[in-house]
Amino acid sequence: MNLPEPFFRMDGISKRYGGVIALKDASIAIRPGAIHAVLGENGAGKSTLIKIMAGAVAPDEGRMLLDGGEVSFTSPAAATAAGIVCVFQELSLIPDLSVADNIVISNPPLRFGLIDRRRQRVVAEEALARAGASDIHPSSLVKDLPLSRRQMVEIAKALARRPRLMILDEATSALTQSDVEKVFDVLKRLRSEGMALVYISHRMHEIAALADDCTVFRNGRSIESYPAGTKTDQQVVELMIGREYTNVFPPKPAKPADRAPVLSCRGLSWGDRLSNISFDIRPGEIIGFGGLDGQGQRELLLALFGVLRDTKGSIEVAGQPLALKSPKQAKSGGTSIALIPEDRKTEGLMLPMTVRENLSIAALGSVSRHGVIDRSAEQARIDELLKLLAIKAATIDMPVGALSGGNQQKVVIAKWLMNRPKIILLNDPTRGIDVGTKQEIYALLRKLADDGAAIIFYSTDYDELIGCCDRVLVMYDGSVIRSLEGEEINEHELIASALNINPQAVEQRIGQ
Amino acid sequence: MSAKSPSDWRFWYVQHKGTLLAAALFLVMFVIYVSNHPAGFTPNVVQTASKKATLLAFVAMAQCFVVITAGIDLSAGMILILCNCLASWLVVGTPLQTGLGIVAVLLTGLACGLLNGLIIIFGRLQPIVTTIATSAIFFGLALLLRPTPGGSVNEDLADAFTSKLFGIFPTSLIVLALTILIIWVPFSRSVLGRAAYAAGSSENAAYMSGMPIKRAKLAAYALAGLLSAIGGLYLTFFSYTGEAAFASGNAYTLYSIAAVVLGGVSLAGGKGSAIGAVFGALAFRTIGDLLFVFDLDPLWQPLFQGIVLMAAISIGCIGLARVRNRLEWFQ
Repeated sequence: MNLPEPFFRMDGISKRYGGVIALKDASIAIRPGAIHAVLGENGAGKSTLIKIMAGAVAPDEGRMLLDGGEVSFTSPAAATAAGIVCVFQELSLIPDLSVADNIVISNPPLRFGLIDRRRQRVVAEEALARAGASDIHPSSLVKDLPLSRRQMVEIAKALARRPRLMILDEATSALTQSDVEKVFDVLKRLRSEGMALVYISHRMHEIAALADDCTVFRNGRSIESYPAGTKTDQQVVELMIGREYTNVFPPKPAKPADRAPVLSCRGLSWGDRLSNISFDIRPGEIIGFGGLDGQGQRELLLALFGVLRDTKGSIEVAGQPLALKSPKQAKSGGTSIALIPEDRKTEGLMLPMTVRENLSIAALGSVSRHGVIDRSAEQARIDELLKLLAIKAATIDMPVGALSGGNQQKVVIAKWLMNRPKIILLNDPTRGIDVGTKQEIYALLRKLADDGAAIIFYSTDYDELIGCCDRVLVMYDGSVIRSLEGEEINEHELIASALNINPQAVEQRIGQ
Repeated sequence: MSAKSPSDWRFWYVQHKGTLLAAALFLVMFVIYVSNHPAGFTPNVVQTASKKATLLAFVAMAQCFVVITAGIDLSAGMILILCNCLASWLVVGTPLQTGLGIVAVLLTGLACGLLNGLIIIFGRLQPIVTTIATSAIFFGLALLLRPTPGGSVNEDLADAFTSKLFGIFPTSLIVLALTILIIWVPFSRSVLGRAAYAAGSSENAAYMSGMPIKRAKLAAYALAGLLSAIGGLYLTFFSYTGEAAFASGNAYTLYSIAAVVLGGVSLAGGKGSAIGAVFGALAFRTIGDLLFVFDLDPLWQPLFQGIVLMAAISIGCIGLARVRNRLEWFQ
């Protein structure tokens, strides 16, 4: 078969966010009439790559060539004009507008300068039909649709712009199985019509079913491009991992003593996001939650912290059954749970307030009497924590927003330690912070565990799970599908079970 | 409009629920009012009621434009006052002079709104503080124009705009309807209008979709100024004079916010329509009128108005009781 030449190339693309390198010297070439799969771990640079492709982010270095001519996109609209359209992972739909409004949003049909609603309706119906979603009513409001339908609208919206190159970023992650099949048929038809597709997915069998070309990313670099089907799953997994393993983690204790569990969770379910989760955790233990991003790990932590309503199943703390109604109750004396949230800027800190105020805000009850804050008691506790975490701040009366990311994260952790919690939940606590601080946080977690805390730790970084955790529970689609212990906690097992492909099969082939 | 299937009507209802509820609320209250009025349903009763409601309706419509973009305009009432004072100087004399005067007043309102928009959008200041500051400026200008109440207006014109057409329809309501038709309908169906909704609903998504957010917000603030100016003109037509009335300016601003909420416009942005806001304003005014027909002491009016307002707004919040992730309460 005679393959068409690539019409779109990215060469030597680099992008940094502050001190973090998101992409370094990455290259990719896209052919028309082909589906190009982009593979890589969480944080390998895939999202940055497609944001640059779609004009949402400008690269620091490197060039993009379209039909042989150099191009640069200053906005998503510029990329759309050049025929490059992205179906984003974070949905880009306007919730309060109708499906039809959303589909034509960047280029509505006009009549006498006003939007022609009848033609808009026709365009929307066509686009929905092309996306294989003609069951969606064009007049329904986007916010009333379930997630999987919204994803189909998102695809229809992209198609309505008549792209030459369409990027799908985890476009199937929210879809039901029957929708996935429909989308696959649609994608194959678009490919046969000559459209180029860039497809990002963590699901190996989807890539096997669709892709013509593959490019593997790792640590912000494009490692290798190859025609689909020329590598085994095992080789692909190795390309995705393949980095030196530096030991930044404190040693694990030999075997945690057999103590009564401090937290027991039985059959915990919430809507269609969490299903039947059961586990125990003992004092001194660090349990990691692994798996792909967005498989229910965040919801689980929120459920354990009393944020979610209408959860089913039971939660016992120190043998006492518990109906958690709010974070206030979860943090209170008897339960003593702390949640270090994912987004420190919105859920963890009040950025304009001072370091001091932030540190003591969750523990004010324990340093005040009759509602009056005992300043010297507060100061003593703060000093203790500043020392424990080595927080670097010129003065604790400066706004916490002026600290570096790593130090901000330390303040979030310290703020909860002031309560002396027995159960600590962490939601991806090392995202976007430097290696040195990460190392300190690992050591701190181990120290807290040794002092008797039970730690539940969700991370998108497999290294952390391997280095820090006594046990790792891997989640897929809202349930725990695997529990790894001791020697089992390694990258192959983690990735294989996260992708829900048969781990034994991978292991055997690796062993050969 | 072509024939709609039953499901089309269902979606139409969902999209316009806020406006329909506001219209229903107004109708119910108005029917109660009229049926208890000693004179009954006569053109004069309607005209009196519409006189009271028209001013607030214009300011509420102005507020609605801004609130849809998830902003707020606390200077709307003071633009009305400023335009009232200006009109009491300019809208006089020969028909030509009067006409030029009207244009000047409307342009002044537009400029006030534009100033708000420019500061908020390009200066990136918060709408609340910006419009508090500009409202003080607008009131200050009004005070310079009319240190004491006074001035006059072309009375033939004023009477024409406040009388009844064919002896039945109050002209003020017709002007209100025309304003909706000439300003609101085209805006809501234009790309800018849709971008205004999108910016209020999810500014990130709107940006990522390449929509003209800045222009849309600027247009919303500017048109809000224009609508407040129409309100100011009408105040002059009703009162034949100009007065820099501090309390009344502030009352219009606050009532306009209450009216848009009653009218199904979400203060979080992205939802509602100016038609709803107008019904909200009419309903709000009728709450006050109900007291008179029931012969209650006027002293009760603020208390009664507050309670009815609370009850009406609570209807819109029932959905929050069903939230399953408590973090959604704060969104």
